Amino acid sequence: MIDGAPDLLLNATDVAKHYGAVVALRSASLAVRPGEVHALMGANGAGKSTLVKILTGGVRPDRGTIDVRGKPFAAHSPTEARRGGIVSVYQEPSLVPDLDVRSNLRLTQTPAEAVRHWLAELGLPDLDLASVVRDLPLASLRIIDLARALAIEPDILMLDEITAALPANLTERVLEVIGRQKGTNRSVIFISHRLIEIAAVCDRATVLREGSTVGVVDVTAGSEDRIVALMLGDIARGGPVESAQASARAARAPDAVPRLTARSLTVGTKLSDVSFDLYPGEVLGVVALEGQGQDELFDVLSGSDRPSGGELLVDGAAISFRHPADAIRAGLVYVPADRAEALLMQRSVRENIALPFTTRFGAWGPIDVRGERRKVDKAIATLRIDTRAAGEVRRLSGGNQQKVTIARWVAGGVRTMLCFDPTRGIDIGTKQQIYQLLRDLAGAGAAVLLYTSELKEIQLACDRAIVIFGGRIVAEIAVAEADEATLLRAAYDLRPEELMPEEVASAAVGVDAAETAVVDTP
Amino acid sequence: MSSGLAAVPRDRAEIIERAGSWARRNMWTLGLLGLLVVAFAITKLLQPNYGPAAIQGLAINILPIAFAAVAQAIVVISGGIDLSVGPMMALASVTSAVLMKGQSDLFAVGVVLGVILLGLAVGAINGALVVVTRVPDIVVTLAMSFVWAGTALLILNTPGGGAAPWLMAIISGPLGSPWLPKAMVVLAVIVGVLWLPLRRSTLGLTLYAVGSSRLAAFRSGVAVGPTKIVAYALTGFFSALGGLALTATGGVGAPVPGSYTLQSIAAIVLGGVSLAGGRGGVLGPIIAVIVLALVRTDLFFAGVDPNWSTAIQGAILIGVVMFGSLVAMRRVRA
Amino acid sequence: MTGTAGTAGTAGTPRRASLAEGGWRRIIRDQPLIPLVILLAVLVALLEVAKPGIVSGNWLATTVRAAIPLAILAACQTLAMLTGGIDLSVGAVASMAAFLMATLATGQGPVVAIAIGLVAAMIAGLVNGIGIGVFKVHPLIMTLGMSLVVLGLMSVYQLLMVRSGTLIPDPILWLGSGISFGFVPNSLLVFVPIAALIVVGLRRSGYGRLLFAIGDNPIAARLAGTRIWQVHVALYILSAILAAVAGILITGVANTATVSLVEQSVLPSVAAAVIGGTSIMGGRGGYAGTIVGALILTVLTTLLTVLEMPEAVRQVLFGAIIVAVAAAYTRVTGEA
Repeated sequence: MIDGAPDLLLNATDVAKHYGAVVALRSASLAVRPGEVHALMGANGAGKSTLVKILTGGVRPDRGTIDVRGKPFAAHSPTEARRGGIVSVYQEPSLVPDLDVRSNLRLTQTPAEAVRHWLAELGLPDLDLASVVRDLPLASLRIIDLARALAIEPDILMLDEITAALPANLTERVLEVIGRQKGTNRSVIFISHRLIEIAAVCDRATVLREGSTVGVVDVTAGSEDRIVALMLGDIARGGPVESAQASARAARAPDAVPRLTARSLTVGTKLSDVSFDLYPGEVLGVVALEGQGQDELFDVLSGSDRPSGGELLVDGAAISFRHPADAIRAGLVYVPADRAEALLMQRSVRENIALPFTTRFGAWGPIDVRGERRKVDKAIATLRIDTRAAGEVRRLSGGNQQKVTIARWVAGGVRTMLCFDPTRGIDIGTKQQIYQLLRDLAGAGAAVLLYTSELKEIQLACDRAIVIFGGRIVAEIAVAEADEATLLRAAYDLRPEELMPEEVASAAVGVDAAETAVVDTP
Repeated sequence: MSSGLAAVPRDRAEIIERAGSWARRNMWTLGLLGLLVVAFAITKLLQPNYGPAAIQGLAINILPIAFAAVAQAIVVISGGIDLSVGPMMALASVTSAVLMKGQSDLFAVGVVLGVILLGLAVGAINGALVVVTRVPDIVVTLAMSFVWAGTALLILNTPGGGAAPWLMAIISGPLGSPWLPKAMVVLAVIVGVLWLPLRRSTLGLTLYAVGSSRLAAFRSGVAVGPTKIVAYALTGFFSALGGLALTATGGVGAPVPGSYTLQSIAAIVLGGVSLAGGRGGVLGPIIAVIVLALVRTDLFFAGVDPNWSTAIQGAILIGVVMFGSLVAMRRVRA
Repeated sequence: MTGTAGTAGTAGTPRRASLAEGGWRRIIRDQPLIPLVILLAVLVALLEVAKPGIVSGNWLATTVRAAIPLAILAACQTLAMLTGGIDLSVGAVASMAAFLMATLATGQGPVVAIAIGLVAAMIAGLVNGIGIGVFKVHPLIMTLGMSLVVLGLMSVYQLLMVRSGTLIPDPILWLGSGISFGFVPNSLLVFVPIAALIVVGLRRSGYGRLLFAIGDNPIAARLAGTRIWQVHVALYILSAILAAVAGILITGVANTATVSLVEQSVLPSVAAAVIGGTSIMGGRGGYAGTIVGALILTVLTTLLTVLEMPEAVRQVLFGAIIVAVAAAYTRVTGEA
């Protein structure tokens, strides 16, 4: 409203940071008002994580001014950041694993009583502070981290994907508590990919793209489209990948043998009685909220883990895996979500792609250099990997890195591919490429199992989708009906007329949001 | 989808369960204590005359190694390792012996204090190098082991110098009951007075925190670098005590570190200190030192060639670690 | 395996300052051999200054002859360090193989005696590999423990064999200490094939790739189908065989065999690998640098002897150099 509003709680302008020749931040700005819940959005490579690191004292900016409550802010450590008024809750809990909770609180000199109060507010009133951190589940740890941060009552609370590992009931409480901060003169910076939550609890959203702030949006009904448009920039928010609509979904021969069959797969308490078929030539989507058993399913299918019950069949024949090498030999290749798990960061792109060629004992001998180069070049071309920043793979952008993890298997020919959230944190352009690739693979006869945490993309790339909730398959949905709303309801295992938790949370804070939204609209 | 939360204990069953979990967490030390009892029993069986005099001998023998074990335990708990413990002991030993020779008792007190400070400084140098150069601790302390060993040799290239009589007296002989060696009392007092309060203090907490997870400690506001330097300084401190013990027990300075570093590592591994950091204490390693010494003694009394003894100790080390590893792997699978 | 969400960052870690500034830093990073060779040349020059006329064909031969066993032991460390491990049992295994050969040569003939030494080494390596690969024991502990076991067993064996005495077969003496044409040590006959095999193997064999892969990211290596325990077992067996060869060569030079003959070369072997640019954290390094590192250490020893520095000074300098070199590498490669 008023330009250069003097009562900004946080005012970061023209922040820039480069690492050698790579520009992480070009000109980013972030303006947060007191009492506001402000979303910070942007795909990976957009500079979001760098900005977060600057604000939390992990990294020094090359340029730019940052003021908190009108005073200059420059932090070189989390402690200094806290003194400057910013406290962050990171994705990995900042709790020391081998100490108990109470000792952790002593470490940060946070009074236990205050933390207890917030724990109760957040839905964990009975947490025993004498429990060793290592023994607690991730969701509890994130709540403890949040409670500890809240107990400090910082000017600015920065939450990085706080709801990522939380079950629905805790998510609801967290959003509720965040919403209540609006009454105070403190603010929250809410970093998330989940548009639904942002819509439920945030007042405004700052969008980063390619290192610069491209827009600040008032969060109202329908603003999601504007936000996504800003994130995408000039690239047309691609319509459904071409052949996705094509009749590659042609009727399957009725006696076609499934490439992969799961029968009553059980893994401990996390996965129960899961059965499905995966046919050659199709892309089967897996939909689930965080931690519903999809991790365990993929671990079993890729050979990393063994099921406690049930069986697996490949091409109709029963088989069991003791090691990922067994799965690979059976034609099942695995693209994990976490690139840090998949890539040899210090090695070159070519070595990473060629890795599976030499893992078998029989392949330990001399390498066929020319043959290998041919296969690797072809894979690089197919994936359109940008190898200009040559040398170590860790210098590539996230999107290119992900392409390398896929190229590794494409180079050797794909029969069955298991993809776990391959497009997590990747720019839209690369996402499109990956989905097209998956469709192409399917078109060439491969079978693809795809888990994605972004429901929009099921329709873009899949032929049908199965939904997992509480370790069981609760629905199978054909692509035509697999719109986001339907999938989300199924993911919560709800009948159509029930309300989703986000809607409940939204309702709880919705009144306030609506009021401020009206005031803020120019 | 349940959060599996631990609730505040409300009834007797819960208290029993808590005791059980305490026992589980300290299982390793308890097991060691059991081993200690067994080893003593076997010793008595093999050598019914094993009495106070023998215990005195045992205590004096193990005092330096016990300090070395404590030194190693501290640095490993904080997430590092120090391959120069032996040479640091040698350095302290020769320095004290050379300075104390022929001097008054009062002067010797000053020497002892000075050598302890020297140990702190030497350890701090190790730590500073590890932190500042960012070279892995194995490499730095390996290199520094050359430096400190060489320095010790420069001060004394054969055993020599002397030890003040009171220093030797403080650790030899019994205190009160003939079964209680002064050496053990000295060990217990020093560790009790210096380490136990430290462990409970905020500094101790930061040591464990840094060893458990550097990142979490950093994010919790711990100054990781200075904490590591303090850990290495403490290691130097206890190594110096070990060196003083060498001088006190031998009466001369010993420039060649022998296998003390190796023994200290064996002791902490057997003593339940995790090489990954963040877990364990000093009690376990001390007990391990005693157990290993008793094993050596038992083998001797059983008439086993002392060379077998070396092989058996190596085998015990490997066996115990494999066992511990197996247990850890089973637990993950369950 | 909930993994981290998108904000894991482009590479998940803060990037170190890239070395677009070029110059000497980039040279050290990309062509690490060059500064090493320069350092070696400087040391040789210093040697010549300290004792003019010393640098000659004969000197070259004796230096190379002394460096070869160290370089072979350092190969063991290089291979192990590539996977993030270390092999502190090389001294004991080398001594064992040499001692077995020397004590059995009269009774069984040199060939059988050497074979027995090699087999014994392989068994030790197998135990190491199983402990490290299957039981996941930390390599430092496992190899340290093995060195104790081997040392102890050899001491016992020595008492049994005290009457038969030791004999170093003539061919071994020729190989180990002989010099042909005035400046070519005969042990090159053994060393050159080994070095070539290792250098080429690391770059051009599937196994070499796996060593780097495991050191860089064992999780990724496993997910791509590597059975890591197999690689470890093979690695430590290979290391033990190399150690045995080094031990036999050393007896050729020293014309004696004792149970702890090679013990003092263990730490220098690690030093040579570190100086040569192999990172103890794994995933980075190579053998060519290690060879130069071994030469550097050997020339340094000669220099200090010529300067009549006591053994103690040599030790102190050794240590200081290792720290300095390692620190330089760490700064330049930007490793955490």
